[in-house]
Amino acid sequence: MHLAAHFPGVNSTTVWTDPRSRSQIEFSSFEHLARTAERGRFDFFFLAEGLRLREHRGRIHDLDVVGRPESITLLNALAAVTDRLGLAATVNATFNEPYELARRLATLDHLSAGRAAWNVVTSSDAFTGENFRRGGYLDRADRYTRAAEFVATARELWDSWSPDGNPRPFAHRGRHFDIAGEFTVPRSPQGHPVVIQAGDSDEGREFAASSADVIFTRHGTLDAGRAFYADTKRRLAKYGREPSELKIMPGVSYVLGDTAADAEERAAVIREQQVSPQNAILALEQIWGRDLSSYDPDGPLPEIDPDPGSDVAQGRVRVADPAAVAAKWRALSQQKGLSIRQTVIETTARQSFIGTPDAVAAELHEFVRTDAADGFILVPHLTPGGLDDFVGRVVPLLQERGVFRTEYTGPTLRSHLGLAEPVWKG
Amino acid sequence: MTVSRPLHLAAEIGGRPQYDAGYYTGLALLAERGTLDFITLDDSFARPGPDAPAVLARVAPDTGRIGLVPAVTTTHTEPFHVSSAVATLDWVSRGRAGWSPAVSETAAEAALFGRRDAAPRADLWHEAGEVADVAARLWDSWDDDAEIRDVATGRFIDRDRLHYTDFTGRTFSVRGPAIVPRPPQGHPVTVVDGTGAAAREAAVRHADVVLVRADDPLTARTFREEIRNRAAAHGRSPDQLRVLVSLPVELHTGADAVGLARLIADWYEQDAADGFHLLPADVERDLPLIVDGTVPVLQHHCLLRRFYPGATLREHLGLARPAGRYAQNPGGRP
Repeated sequence: MHLAAHFPGVNSTTVWTDPRSRSQIEFSSFEHLARTAERGRFDFFFLAEGLRLREHRGRIHDLDVVGRPESITLLNALAAVTDRLGLAATVNATFNEPYELARRLATLDHLSAGRAAWNVVTSSDAFTGENFRRGGYLDRADRYTRAAEFVATARELWDSWSPDGNPRPFAHRGRHFDIAGEFTVPRSPQGHPVVIQAGDSDEGREFAASSADVIFTRHGTLDAGRAFYADTKRRLAKYGREPSELKIMPGVSYVLGDTAADAEERAAVIREQQVSPQNAILALEQIWGRDLSSYDPDGPLPEIDPDPGSDVAQGRVRVADPAAVAAKWRALSQQKGLSIRQTVIETTARQSFIGTPDAVAAELHEFVRTDAADGFILVPHLTPGGLDDFVGRVVPLLQERGVFRTEYTGPTLRSHLGLAEPVWKG
Repeated sequence: MTVSRPLHLAAEIGGRPQYDAGYYTGLALLAERGTLDFITLDDSFARPGPDAPAVLARVAPDTGRIGLVPAVTTTHTEPFHVSSAVATLDWVSRGRAGWSPAVSETAAEAALFGRRDAAPRADLWHEAGEVADVAARLWDSWDDDAEIRDVATGRFIDRDRLHYTDFTGRTFSVRGPAIVPRPPQGHPVTVVDGTGAAAREAAVRHADVVLVRADDPLTARTFREEIRNRAAAHGRSPDQLRVLVSLPVELHTGADAVGLARLIADWYEQDAADGFHLLPADVERDLPLIVDGTVPVLQHHCLLRRFYPGATLREHLGLARPAGRYAQNPGGRP
């Protein structure tokens, strides 16, 4: 089993109102979570990216955690306070250029002695583009062709020095990039940094099957996980790859308790913390596309229908069919007699694994044993102590079961993940 | 002898390309033992070597006081990313970050990106100045007290204390606000080599520390006066500006190190500069001699402090922490 720790970024998972919640930006918070993950012998530490603050109804969204450091700079600093933990940065392939990013990632791989990873994401978003020279809009198809060419180009650069340390000129001429010259960084300790792809879409799966070492997915039920796993692994053969060459790691959350009932009770409290009355209305407005600030979060759902042409929320994934979602929410609300806030909690704030440490360890094992996942990216709801109890109480049980390492066996992230060093294609 | 203003000392730690973190950490700790204000690390896309901001971020947790000033090129990069990376260096070093904007002039560097042709130096430095300007605006785009964590209203931040930059330059525009909250120093320290005429204009507008090259104290002093006057003409306080002479040094013996101390003292007493930025010919050989030979002599003559009285690079340099330009209530809120 592979395990990674996500430092929660901008989302409503993070319970900033809890008295144990500390800074989301000071280095000490990142250091605490990374050291905890390394004490738990995790494969890697994972950072999401932000390139534009989200907006809601034309104003900066103010209810969730906002503000974060730039990932690669932070991970270089974390390399100083950890020894073995992999360090994964989410970096957008739309608003960066291959030469500069390949250099920054290769530098991180050198300075961390082979622990760097790059989570490739894309954006089509003119809203985000307003912060960049690149600007503008890329349609969905172009986003992925650019991302695929970006990764291929980065690999050409990483391969442009021979393994004995001599630089060779490179030249890449493609649809998105036409670049040539000499790369400034030798082949890195892992050969190439590990490439992660985030996302569940068809294009995303195909891109992962062709190019990625790890795919970061949404969690799901055991059955959904197995279906995703089977489909994605099947795609690898087309690219001449073995199923073991791509690790499938869903992002999951957890709540522990001394008994099952205790865990359920805690989980319910956390969900209430995650969905404040204000956040409940906001979640509703994102579906309805309307100003619903006059509604009572403890009252019933609005009778009015969603506005199909609304652009109320900026900087987050749009709901594809708001009318259908609204209908589903109404049905659920009526059937169970739920208020607005309870409905939002019921539909959006479900933790993945809830139970005693024994039960959670068994369930995680079950996912891996039955091919629903190769491991998990844990998303704690507290910063920075949100993994303390997992590492203290669940990891030892996974180790007892013999499904998780008790010591790191190699120095690099590739060695943790059981991935071969890429063959040099000079 | 008594000196009313403190002498500032900095050193460049680049040289032969090295990719091992321990190499740089060793040099930074050595410079910190010598109580230098800051180290610089040069960078370029045009020759072998690692990314300088990354190296100094890696060094930050292993050091405690020394200022960390990487070169950051502004020609082929995204100003928004540059601003975020430098602000993050300030967060991870707890207020010890600076940056030294630089430009990429050659066709070979342009070909690495394939986005724009090589351009005249004056244009590139104009753009570098705009990048420095927008970076500072982005650092100010969060008021210091923007994070409120107000449980009653459910608000993590007060969005009225966040500000759009809406910057439009000749070659780019940035809407803002920043993703990174305002860094510990308010603005990380901007260090510009103002020796060339094109760079000097950006320096007098945007730099906190201006580096100049001069062969004699009189030339340096003239430079310093010109820079202070031109900064004042842009409405800046010359006293919030430090001019350091970049001195190439090559030391082989303890006697050389003492000789360097005498030269520094001599220039300093002639008001040539606020301090010196030493450029070792061979950093592994020269830096130990500077720290163990030059620094003690300067300390003995009470020209150089023996410890860091402050924690941040701005404090080492005696530069005030700037107030956010957009903050509606600069005096602070109740």
